[in-house]
Amino acid sequence: MSYYDKLIFELSKNGRRGASVPRGVGDAEIPFGAGTLWRETPPALPEVSEPDVVRHYTRLSQLNFGVDSGFYPLGSCTMKYNPKVCDEVPALFAGLHPLQEEETVAGARELLAETERFLCAVTGMKHFTFSPCAGAHGELTGLMILRHYHEMRGDTARTRILVPDSAHGTNPASAAICGLEPVTVPSGPDGLVDPEALRPLLGPDIAGIMLTNPNTLGLFEKHIKEIAAMVHACGGLLYYDGANLNPLVGVLRPGDMGFDILHVNLHKTFATPHGGGGPGSGPVGVTEALKPALAAVDGRVSAFHGNFGVVVRAYAYLLMLGREHVRELGAFATLSANYIKESLRDKYKLPIDSVCKHEFVFDGLLDDGAREGVPGATTLDVAKRLLDYGFHAPTIYFPLLFHQSLMIEPTETESLETLDEFIAVMRKIADEAAADPMLLKAAPHHTPIGRPDETEAARHPILKYTPAA
Amino acid sequence: MAQFPFFPHTGEDVSRMLKRIGLSSLEELYADVPQEFLYRGEYDLPSALTEAETKARLEELAAKNRKLTVFAGQGAYDHYTPSVIPALAARSEFLTAYTPYQCEISQGTLRYIFEFQSMICALTGLDVANASVYDGPTATAEAARMCVASTRKRNRILASAALLPCVRKVLEAYAVFGGYALSISDNPLSALDASVAGVILPSVDKYGRVCDLDGAADAVHAAGALLVLYCDPSALAVLRTPADWGADIAVGDAQPLGMPLSYGGPYAGFMACREPLMRKLPGRIVGQAADGEGRRCFVLTLQAREQHIRREKATSNICSNESLMALWATLYLSLMGPQGMKELNAACYRSSHFLRDKLLATGLFDAPLEGDFVKEFVLRPRVDARRLHKYLLDKGFFAALPAEEGFVSFCVTERRTRAEIDALIAAVEQFAGEEGK
Amino acid sequence: MSQVKEGLLYSESHEWVRMDGNVAIIGVSDFAQSEMGDITYVDMPDEGDALEQGEDFGALESVKASSELYAPVSGTVVACNTELESAPELINKDPYAAWIIKVEISDKAQLAALMSAAAYAAKIGA
Repeated sequence: MSYYDKLIFELSKNGRRGASVPRGVGDAEIPFGAGTLWRETPPALPEVSEPDVVRHYTRLSQLNFGVDSGFYPLGSCTMKYNPKVCDEVPALFAGLHPLQEEETVAGARELLAETERFLCAVTGMKHFTFSPCAGAHGELTGLMILRHYHEMRGDTARTRILVPDSAHGTNPASAAICGLEPVTVPSGPDGLVDPEALRPLLGPDIAGIMLTNPNTLGLFEKHIKEIAAMVHACGGLLYYDGANLNPLVGVLRPGDMGFDILHVNLHKTFATPHGGGGPGSGPVGVTEALKPALAAVDGRVSAFHGNFGVVVRAYAYLLMLGREHVRELGAFATLSANYIKESLRDKYKLPIDSVCKHEFVFDGLLDDGAREGVPGATTLDVAKRLLDYGFHAPTIYFPLLFHQSLMIEPTETESLETLDEFIAVMRKIADEAAADPMLLKAAPHHTPIGRPDETEAARHPILKYTPAA
Repeated sequence: MAQFPFFPHTGEDVSRMLKRIGLSSLEELYADVPQEFLYRGEYDLPSALTEAETKARLEELAAKNRKLTVFAGQGAYDHYTPSVIPALAARSEFLTAYTPYQCEISQGTLRYIFEFQSMICALTGLDVANASVYDGPTATAEAARMCVASTRKRNRILASAALLPCVRKVLEAYAVFGGYALSISDNPLSALDASVAGVILPSVDKYGRVCDLDGAADAVHAAGALLVLYCDPSALAVLRTPADWGADIAVGDAQPLGMPLSYGGPYAGFMACREPLMRKLPGRIVGQAADGEGRRCFVLTLQAREQHIRREKATSNICSNESLMALWATLYLSLMGPQGMKELNAACYRSSHFLRDKLLATGLFDAPLEGDFVKEFVLRPRVDARRLHKYLLDKGFFAALPAEEGFVSFCVTERRTRAEIDALIAAVEQFAGEEGK
Repeated sequence: MSQVKEGLLYSESHEWVRMDGNVAIIGVSDFAQSEMGDITYVDMPDEGDALEQGEDFGALESVKASSELYAPVSGTVVACNTELESAPELINKDPYAAWIIKVEISDKAQLAALMSAAAYAAKIGA
C-alpha cells in the first residue's frame, strides 16, 4: 500500500464522460432547465472517463484491507472467509422486480423458503422473516415482534427490557427506539449474568431480556436455563442477539435454550461478505407461539424483501456446508479462539480465566513498558502496531467492562499456520512494548497514512468535497 | 468425510491445538454448557454440496423465475448498470472489508464514502449527507425520528399519502412503537400545529409526478416543524433540488443509480440535511482529517451521535450502512457525470411520454393526471386493472402494475428499447381489441 | 490532580455553579473535563428554555465519548456561551472560565443541595 491522495472530483475535466446513454424513443420536448420544477444548474458531479474511474477506484481498493488481504480477528464481527461462488450466484436473480407476482418468482420464493428451513434447523426456531437488512435492524424488528406479542395478549404494561452491561450498544439503542426502557443487568465477577442479580429486576413491567450468548466476553451464559425459567415465569420473553451465534452452530441451538426471538447476522455466521460495512442481512426467527406477532412486521420494516442478494449468498454457503460440515463450524471457531488465548496469556492480561467460545477479551498488556516519564503502551497502541505486521486489529475498547479491552475472534476459516503467525506477532509486540512503548505509540509506521487527528476532524467537520477556490 | 474447503483444520492441527489448550476433545470446549442443550439430532440441511452442485442448484432455482421486460417502478427502477461497476465493486479489498474502524488500512472505503456523501450533497443541494442507511423507506423513518429529536416537545409526523406505498408502510411500522405519532393524509400541510415535528412529502410522488412544492417549506417552518422530502436521486440530477425547495432533510433510495432490481435488495438509503441538523443525522459519517505528517486522510467522525457510544440515548440504533452499495452509486455517478445524468433523464422522459401517448391512443384509459413526469406515470384503465396486468404478464411484460385508487402504474427507463416499447403497445392494443369484442 | 476552584458550588454530576445575583452561571469541573479528554462539541439548550433541577440540558462530546450535562438548579436559560460552538476546547483549557449556560433561577433554596468546594474535592479525591 502506498499513499494516494486523489478524490474523483479532482480528476474532473469539463467535457469528459465515462458512460454512454441511449437517446430514448419519441420526440417529447425536454423541459429540463425551464420553469419552476427543474434545476437550473447541473449537479457538481465529476466529469471523468471510464479509464479514470477504473484507475482511481483500483487505487482506492489498494488502500484497503479485507479478509482476502489477511487475518482479520475483529472481535464480535466474525470476519470469516467468504466463498467466491456465493458472490457469483446473486447475479442469477438480478433482473427480478420486487413487486413481481409470486408465480413469476417461484425460484426466489423457493430459495427464501429453503433458507428459512435451514435457519430453523440451525437455530431451533420455527419461522423467519427476511425483511431486516442488518443485525441492528433485526434487533429492532425482533423487539417490535416482542412488543406486538405482548400487545396482542392485552399485556400493555411491559415497557422495560433487561440488557446485560456487557451487551453491544445496539441492544439498548434498539430497545429505546422501540419504546422500551432498557434496564441494565450487572455482570458478575465471572463475567456472566447472575440469576440472583436478575431476580429483583423482574416484574410485570418487564417485556423480556436481550441476551448475547455467548456474551461479548466470549463466555457462555451457563445459567441460561434458570434465566429462561425466571424471565418466562414473570411473563417476559427471551431475545437472542445473534451477533455471537457462530460458536453455537452445529453444537447447540438457541431455540432449545428457551429463546423466543432471535436475529441471525448472515454476514457474520453464514459467510456473506461485509462489504466495507454492509449490506448485511438480519433475518429474525421466532417460536411457533410468536408467529402472529411475526406476521405483524414481516415485509413492513424495509422496502420489499430485505437484502435478498445477501440471502442468496448465505443460501449457497449453507448448501455447501451441509449437515456434515455444520457440525464442525462452531467447534473449530471455538478451538481457534482458545488456542490463541492460551498462547498469549503470559503476555496479555486475561481478566477472566475460563474456556471461551468464539472470542475472548484481554485487558491490555501484562507489561506495558511504563516507567518514569514514559507512558505505557495501550490497547490502541497494540492495535496500531498490528497493522504494521499485516494483520487487522482486534476490536478495541469493547466491551466496556475493562479499560483496555482487546477482543479477539479468529473464526473457523483460519489455518493453524495463520494463527501461529498472529501469535508470534502479538508476542513480539508485547516484547516491543516492554522494551520501548514509544515504538508502539508512533505506530503504524508502514501503512499509507499515520494516525489521524480525529479530535480536530470532529471539532471542525469537513464532510464533503469543496473545490479549491 | 472430505475436508471442507473453507475450514483448514486437519486432524493433526486439531490435536495440536487441543494440546495447547490442555483439553483432549472438541466436546470439552463446551463443558460449561448445560449438557441437555447439546444438539444431538440430525440437522435438517442437505448433504453438503460441491461448488459445482451448488451453482447448478442456484441455476435451477433461477430458471424457475420468469424473465419479464420491466415497465414498472414503484420504488425499484430498471436502469442500466455499466460494466465497470460490478467489476470494481467485486474487488475483494472493498468487498471483504468490515466497517473502516482502522482508518490507516481503510482509506479506500473512507474515501469513496466521502465521495458518496459529496455526490448526495450535490444532488440534493444540502450541506451534509451520511454514509447511507438500509434503504429509502427506512431512511424516511430515520428522518421522522430525526425531526422529533431536533424539535422540542413535538412528536407528530405528517406524511403525504402520495408517498410510495413501500415508504408509507415502513413509516407506519416504525411508528407503532417508535416515538413518533404518524398521520398520513392527502394534504398534510393543512394539519400543521404546534405538536408537529416534521412533514414528509414526496419530490416525485407515487403517481410519478414531479411535485410543485412552492410554499411548502414556508408553511412547515412557520409552524416550527421540519420539512423532509423523499426523492429519486437519479431524477434529482434534473429536478429542482430539495435545498431549493427549502427542505431541511432529503431522503431516498440510491437504487436508481444503477443498482440491479435483485428482487428488492441490497439497495442503499441516503440521507442529507442542512448543517444545523448535522449532529442529529443518524448513521455513519466520514470526515476529512490529517495525519501526523499533515497528509489528507479520512476518518469516521461525529461518532458521539452513535449507538456504540450513546447506547440508549442515541437517536438511532443503526450500526452498519450499505457501504458496498454506496460504492455502487458513487461509481455510477462518476461514470455518468452531469451530462450523462441529464441525457439519461431525457431518454427516460422521451420514452415514457411516448409510451403514455400511445397507451392513451388505445382508448383503454381515462384522461391522465395533470402534471409532468420523468419516467413513471399512472393511468386509470376502463377495464379491470388486474386483468390487464395479468394479460401483459402472460406476454412477458411486468407492466400496468395495479396501484392505489384504481390506477395502473408504468415506468420506462432508458433500458427499454424501441422494439420492447412497440411490443408492449401492441400487446395493450391487442388486449383492448379483445376487450372490445 | 484535578483542580477544584474555591467559592463555587458543585453538583454530584460535576457541574459547577457561580451565582451572580439571581443568575446561576454553570460550567463543568476540571475533573469532568479531564475525564472526557479533548472535547469536540458542546450541545447546548436554546435561550428561553426552562430547566428542572437534575434534567439534562445538553452534552459534552469527545471523539469516543458523550456525557450528558445536568441542570444543577431549576430556572430559565438566559444565555449560552456561543464561543464554545467554534472552540469547545476552551473547556479543556480553563473549565472554570469556560461557562456553558446562564440560568435565571427560580428557587434559591435548591442551592443548598449543592456541594462546597471542600466537599466536592473530598468526593473526587482531589
